Amino acid sequence: MEPEIIPRSRYVFVYIGLVVLLAATIFASTFDLGVFNTAIAVTIAVAKALLVALFFMHIWGSTQLTRIFAVMGIFWLALLIGLTLTDYLTRLGGG
Amino acid sequence: MAQSVAKPVEHLELGEREDIELNSLGMWVYLASEIMFFGVLFTAYIVYRHAYPQVFAEASKFLDTRIGSINTLLLLSSSFTVALGVNATQRGERRLSLMLLAITVILGLGFLGLKFLEYSHEIENNLFPGGSFNYPGTNPDQAKLFFSLYFVMTGMHALHMVVGIAFVSTVGFLTWQQWITPQRYAPVELAALFWHFVDIVWIFIFPLLYLVA
Repeated sequence: MEPEIIPRSRYVFVYIGLVVLLAATIFASTFDLGVFNTAIAVTIAVAKALLVALFFMHIWGSTQLTRIFAVMGIFWLALLIGLTLTDYLTRLGGG
Repeated sequence: MAQSVAKPVEHLELGEREDIELNSLGMWVYLASEIMFFGVLFTAYIVYRHAYPQVFAEASKFLDTRIGSINTLLLLSSSFTVALGVNATQRGERRLSLMLLAITVILGLGFLGLKFLEYSHEIENNLFPGGSFNYPGTNPDQAKLFFSLYFVMTGMHALHMVVGIAFVSTVGFLTWQQWITPQRYAPVELAALFWHFVDIVWIFIFPLLYLVA
């Protein structure tokens, strides 16, 4: 069974999406929206990372096992950041 | 049909579908460890930015957003060309693949060139958190944390770029030598996976360090 060869157009669409998102994040950073600036920047970064991981790194169309390993990487990262912040975000006064 | 009979692992030929899946899986295990490596740096960043939000916003203004934006575009473009390079290899279009891998390396070198130009400006302006650190804004001690994180995160990223360039150059050489074939293209796919990962790290570094203000 030969691996399916992905049409080139898919890569072109993903690349256009990435460039549009880059323009969006730079554009959004020129406005002062308070805490929403960071929320927008991180949301756009996650969207770009998902595009790259799903289509350039072929998570879309990969085996379940590969997907589990990719998701586990994110899971450990979430544990690392999440558990660290349960400490720092709950310190009252001069932490 | 033969394809319904699963071959034992030891009988797999390099470049078969099962082999690509196994190679990719191994690469993802390695990339998971890389996520944790950069993860601690991002965690440190979150903790200190949470502690000194105003100082981080002010210090971020001293970074060159224009170079940062151009470099982001260079990296996104290089991910696009390396992805097309893998695709061309699968199709047996060796010349096209060679050209795309070469463009990828050139874009990567362009990124590093701009990065070091940027570093030299920052070191000239005494923003490197060493002995001659001289921050013109308020709260220099806390701003020093921002610049420490900036130099460590972008420095580690730049080191990964050097490895990525060596990796893509090597598979480019193997393609030129006709060692890489449509039936044996796993090294190209793995080099591309590494390249994309380094791109994703930058996708987060760029807004978090350059676009705080």
